[in-house]
Amino acid sequence: MEHFLLQLFIFLAASAIAVPVAKKLGLGSVLGYLIAGIIIGPFCLSLIDNAEEVMHFTEFGVVMMLFLVGLELKPSLLWQMRTPILGMGGAQVMLSSLVIGGTAFLFLPWQQATAIGLILSLSSTAIVLQTLREKGLMDTSAGRSIFSVLLFQDLAVIPMLAILPLLATAAMHADSHHNAVLFDISALPQYLQVIVTLCAILLIFFLGKFVSRPVFRAIAATRVREIFVAAALALVVGISLLMTVVGLSPALGTFLAGVVLADNEYRHELEGDLEPFKGLLLGIFFISIGASLNFTLIGNQIALIAGITAGLMVFKWLVLFITGTIFRVAKNDRPLFSIALAQGGEFAFVLFQYCKSNGVMDAHTVEPLISAVAISMFLTPLMFLVHEKFMSQTPEDDTEKREADPIDHQGQKVILAGFGRLGTDLGRFLISAGIKPVIIDHDPVNVEVLRRFGFEVYYGDITRLDLLEAAGASEAELLIITIGDSDRAGKLVQLAGKHYPELKIAAVAADRSGAYALMDLGVSTIRRETFGTALTLGQDALKLLGFDPYDAYRMMRIFRKNDEGTMPELYKILREDEEKYISQYQQHNADLENLMTLDMNADMEHLDKAWTAENPEI
Amino acid sequence: MNKILINFAHPARARSQMNNALRKSVEDLEGITVNDLYAQYPDFLIDVKREQGLCEDHDVIIFQHPFYWYSTPAIMKEWLDLVLEHGWAYGSQGKALEGKLFFQAITGGGDDSTYRKDGYNAFTIGELTSPYRATANLCRMTWLPPFTVLGIHRGLPAEMIEAHAKDYRRAVTALRDGTLDIEKVFEYRYLNSDLNTIIRSS
Repeated sequence: MEHFLLQLFIFLAASAIAVPVAKKLGLGSVLGYLIAGIIIGPFCLSLIDNAEEVMHFTEFGVVMMLFLVGLELKPSLLWQMRTPILGMGGAQVMLSSLVIGGTAFLFLPWQQATAIGLILSLSSTAIVLQTLREKGLMDTSAGRSIFSVLLFQDLAVIPMLAILPLLATAAMHADSHHNAVLFDISALPQYLQVIVTLCAILLIFFLGKFVSRPVFRAIAATRVREIFVAAALALVVGISLLMTVVGLSPALGTFLAGVVLADNEYRHELEGDLEPFKGLLLGIFFISIGASLNFTLIGNQIALIAGITAGLMVFKWLVLFITGTIFRVAKNDRPLFSIALAQGGEFAFVLFQYCKSNGVMDAHTVEPLISAVAISMFLTPLMFLVHEKFMSQTPEDDTEKREADPIDHQGQKVILAGFGRLGTDLGRFLISAGIKPVIIDHDPVNVEVLRRFGFEVYYGDITRLDLLEAAGASEAELLIITIGDSDRAGKLVQLAGKHYPELKIAAVAADRSGAYALMDLGVSTIRRETFGTALTLGQDALKLLGFDPYDAYRMMRIFRKNDEGTMPELYKILREDEEKYISQYQQHNADLENLMTLDMNADMEHLDKAWTAENPEI
Repeated sequence: MNKILINFAHPARARSQMNNALRKSVEDLEGITVNDLYAQYPDFLIDVKREQGLCEDHDVIIFQHPFYWYSTPAIMKEWLDLVLEHGWAYGSQGKALEGKLFFQAITGGGDDSTYRKDGYNAFTIGELTSPYRATANLCRMTWLPPFTVLGIHRGLPAEMIEAHAKDYRRAVTALRDGTLDIEKVFEYRYLNSDLNTIIRSS
């Protein structure tokens, strides 16, 4: 136990130190973790043991990441991406396998060359997605192309696992099969295996579509937060187990589950709850990659490993560039597309081990390759940096840059907090104006009803930082607050102001004093909840009393303008008077009186002076 | 019987004696539609389809309004800008208004002598209303000289207001019944210069 805690402490402390330093130096968190790994690894401070074991455990971070990626991809969007996924991904894996395998064939027997080609065609989902997210590139056209290829690679792992044992040149070890925890379906006849696998996938769909909602709702209604976290973790772990049992990739299974849950109202809650676990696991995963770099081996075979690394990256880069050209990736996106995926991936570690245990390759062949993959992964964040430097130096090509779809992007730019009576109309209005807000509401029943009407509403407490982040606060432009509870609204304003100073805020206040409270917090765009309706109804009243409709309209406008215009001044008076300890109640009345006299004098006169034609001769 | 549409525009109607009197004198006539633009569209959001429908349903279109800054109140310009669409009012396909009669009924502060080349306002009413004449021409409508009431100020004698209202009613009724001599109207600067000579007794 003590040993475990010590190891945990070393990992956590190393990342707590390395990541901020790396970020400060503009290197990004992935590089920070990798460097931390090297420092605490056996060839520097030698603070940790069995980094590889840790790596295997924390690979689960990749599984979680794909679940989270799935959550952000609706089935319809995935369907739209079928051409890039199958076409671009397929072309990349095939061409890379051919080129790399062909080169390896110059030195090794064809079986081994084929295995190497297949394994090295894969790129690192973990590093690439993490880096893209950090740089805010996930939602760009280049980001989507990169993601498509990564997704195909994850799919391709499954047939690879089937093919690799067939390439064995040495006698197989008897214990090559993993010891199944639950039961081993390979004992079943072939056709039953297929049926079981299909059933597992169908089960995920069924659970995601029909069971998850009532279960989540029941859990949310308890309002015990950790139970929701537990349920979310259980979901991901359970799916991984199920996938492992039926022999599919857990990453792929959870990705599918994520897609199924993408239009679920608890999506942001799930994201918020799993994000820290994913982040931590991935971080430790990166550290263990850094720690597993075998510097003795690298030192001994430096020429060979450097050659493999360079060859790997150059070939992959070339293949990617050609793939990008064939599939018409925009000219400006091509360099990023090619650089982002030109490395070996974490699957290579798994698959090389798998090859070793299946007698495809011996340790002597595998080890330099693993080192080369690790080095290429280490170089990837650096390549991103080089790309950024290089691209920012080339003059901007405006016409090509503007190709991005602005409306689609704008849709994600607004977070609507609270979807009650007022939020509903506001939301409808924004949607009709072509702006699709991310809507968050705290009442499970309300969310349920609104979703039935086709609104994209999510359940959650937006005053929690992690949920605000999951709703996209770091990329959003505007936060609209229509929460009736002024304490919670205030809390949200402070939270947003502290963590997202760039985020614009527009808020609704229950009444005048609520508006003043928001003004205290520095919000400048405030509307009073009932003010607009009161004045419109007043306009109707004047009309019913026989006022000319246009006069009634103008009266309303003039009153509104005066009232809103005097708000800042009255706010100042109120706050000063408060210092003089005048009771709130008296102040309220005084304000009211003050307002009434002001209105009686000003408005009719305003109306009266307009359009009074006088003879200019007089 | 001709159907007559009066597009009425006065932003401060409650304080206009003359315009109210003119309007009141024709409101109850059969075949007359009074369309109060400021009352209908206080926020200026004009319903183009409704307005076009009204125009199509009538044979005579009158713009009744005070003569603000040698032109119309603001909403009337908005009306022209929105309602007179290409392909509907003008252009090779725009024939919705073809052959309809059009004129303005205006009230102004300065008297007739100020609307002369050497007068205070330096231009005649005919010159100042030429944009509407051009508009009618473009829309293939028959333009008539404006029904003009000048020298309006507060405290006009009631009989004078009454007399103008009566004239307005007479002119509108004659247009409705087709007893107004369209050829003869052009001999005068205003539609109401000499109603007795241009209206045939039926």
